Amino acid sequence: MTGEGLFFDDVTIGQGGNTLLTLSTRVTPGEICTIMGPSGSGKSTLLALVTGTIDRSFTVTGRILLNGRDLTGLPPQDRHVGMMFQDDILFPHLSVAGNLAFGLRPNVHGRAARQAAIDAALIDAGLEGYGDRDPATLSGGQRARIALMRVLLSEPGALLLDEPFSKLDATMRDQIRGFVFDHARANRLPTLLVTHDPGDAAATGGPVIEIGDSRT
Amino acid sequence: MSATSSRLRWIPRLTLALLAGPVLAGVAGTVLPGLGWLPALGGHRLSLEPWRDLIATPGLLRSAALSISTGCGATLLAFATVLAILCACDGTRALGLVRRLLSPLLAVPHAAAAFGLAFLVSPSGWIARLISPWPTGWERPPDLLTVNDPWGLALTTGLVLKEVPFLLLMTLAALPQADAARSRTVALTLGYGRTAAWIKCILPRVYPQIRLPLYAVLAFSMSNVEVAMILGPNTPATLAVRLTGWMRDPDLTNWFRAAAGATLQLALVLSAIGIWRLGEKLAARLGRSWIFAGGRGRSDLPLRLIGFGLAGLATVPIITGLAGLAAWSLAGTWRFPDALPTAWSLNTWMRAAPDLAAAFAESLKIAAASVALALALVLASLESGDRNRERATGAAMHLLYLPLIVPQVAFLFGLQIAGILLRLEGTLAGVTAAHLIFVLPYIYLSLVDPWASLDPRYATAAASLGASTNRIFWTVKLPLLLTPVLTAAAVGFAVSIGLYLPTLLIGGGRVSTLTTEAVALAAGGDRRLIGTWGLLQMLAPFVGFALALALPALTWRNRRGMQVHP
Repeated sequence: MTGEGLFFDDVTIGQGGNTLLTLSTRVTPGEICTIMGPSGSGKSTLLALVTGTIDRSFTVTGRILLNGRDLTGLPPQDRHVGMMFQDDILFPHLSVAGNLAFGLRPNVHGRAARQAAIDAALIDAGLEGYGDRDPATLSGGQRARIALMRVLLSEPGALLLDEPFSKLDATMRDQIRGFVFDHARANRLPTLLVTHDPGDAAATGGPVIEIGDSRT
Repeated sequence: MSATSSRLRWIPRLTLALLAGPVLAGVAGTVLPGLGWLPALGGHRLSLEPWRDLIATPGLLRSAALSISTGCGATLLAFATVLAILCACDGTRALGLVRRLLSPLLAVPHAAAAFGLAFLVSPSGWIARLISPWPTGWERPPDLLTVNDPWGLALTTGLVLKEVPFLLLMTLAALPQADAARSRTVALTLGYGRTAAWIKCILPRVYPQIRLPLYAVLAFSMSNVEVAMILGPNTPATLAVRLTGWMRDPDLTNWFRAAAGATLQLALVLSAIGIWRLGEKLAARLGRSWIFAGGRGRSDLPLRLIGFGLAGLATVPIITGLAGLAAWSLAGTWRFPDALPTAWSLNTWMRAAPDLAAAFAESLKIAAASVALALALVLASLESGDRNRERATGAAMHLLYLPLIVPQVAFLFGLQIAGILLRLEGTLAGVTAAHLIFVLPYIYLSLVDPWASLDPRYATAAASLGASTNRIFWTVKLPLLLTPVLTAAAVGFAVSIGLYLPTLLIGGGRVSTLTTEAVALAAGGDRRLIGTWGLLQMLAPFVGFALALALPALTWRNRRGMQVHP
């Protein structure tokens, strides 16, 4: 049994003959694994590999398995890998509730049931009654919480975090970090965090993998 | 600095006045004669007589209905095609190919494209030849009405083929502002198929920016003359074609009827735009509940295959049609059903050369003059905007589209009368002024984004080195923007070369350009002659684009930072 969690089976990413990074590790459900490295070290490329949106100019070997399912070659929409970005990327043409509905799984049928699930998520985010708001009127911290809720409502099998706290100010960062990590653990999601902020790594309580300056 | 800025400050307003003024005056000069008021022709009293004449015209209803069905049909089909292509290709490498294939088609004048399509689908065209005598058994051209059909299907097809490149390129230009790449990634990681992702996340944000181009397509498709003359029905023709006939009628009483008809054309176009606007609101409402339901639309492969297929269908016919023009222009003996001429000859070119040269020179003069004027006005407006820290407002952008959204027949008639009164009718100056109205918006639209995205630190750096604002404009901004400026000039050049109705009406038949002469050949049906004129008409704009690409490449051959990577 290859087992639960997000398993990197001898993964290497190269470009133009150079090896950018190699990774072999297992992130178990509820565990938050941090990938540290300077910019340009291929952290975001690693996440793009997991989501299936990696540029074709990269050469990849090895496999990635999510709960025993090989992700290699699957299109992004079939991977069930949720992602939080450096920017929250809430859709500006939809209300807050519209953004959450966009994430909510389609097998929750009926307007009432969907609205109930969205209301519950808003309460969970401490933003009860914010459903009809324009996302542009929310603070950075509020937007980050909505972005996480949107991902969680899609019930992903793993969570990827691409420096989602880097644009928040210091006090907000601790609060949102706690909020995101708590939810990742509570949902037993294998979570991969890429960051260059040592504070992020310290807060996870999980393994930290340094990827280096293989390029000069 | 303040002195310079106050000197330039009036330029943007002048530019807009030159755009909107003639259109509005032209509309007034159309609507009033339609109500019987045209003092120059003895109409001093308002009356409904012209409208009664108009309504009594045989086949009027059918002409108007054709204008609606072909125009709205072509716009809907072109929009759907663009959506299907983008849903299938956006974010994949196929998009680059589609862009490279469709961009040049934008420069092809409507008349040349229409001739190309006619040569392809007519009973003796290439398609019929390729399937004859086997498997059809046709030894002579079949008696089928594939061009000029009474339902306007050929006309609709021609319009769709010509408008898809325009709409697609306008949409592609708007994509970066819609944050398309990141929105798609979010949607894909949340499990959405590509088509659903595009329609739910990207279309709602792109649409406001392609709304005006869409209205322009709708207005043009409903009221164009040259495509309808080449591909459209004859019994009766579309409303705009019949109006053009009346406006050129030496019997001046027909002018009142023409004015009333042009007012009707304007009303039809404005109603269609109003209905389209209602459709937008309905679609937005339906879209919101569709998004709320959260369907992922994952099995979209059939849809995407349709999109790829449409991308091919949108390019291949025009390209083959244009090859058809070339083949006919060089054809010696070409019997049905031979796929190619059995003998080639330069006879047609030799025979037409003097006329071609004269018309080419005329086209060139008008295009060069209108492009130079437009370029000067647009550059001065943009520079004035920089100096006074003003950006074009939404209202200004709407005015910019005025000449593209108000049907040409609806204001050119008024301008024609004004031209006669000012003794500008039939002169190069008059035609150039009319072309300026259409060339200006395109040059402005091509330049506004590159101008805004020029890194302002270059100008700041130059100013801190003591350069005057004028010197910064001539020695920093203009050289850095050489490529977009020349591209905009080439776009304007192509627009001017292809303009038919303004040249015809303001030229009063005495100014003969490549386009007016080519369209005039449509009725005669001499394919070899049409081939030469159509081909030259098509190639002329490409000369402009070739220069726009070659000049910067030559100027900056030793400057790696100035290389363009399209």
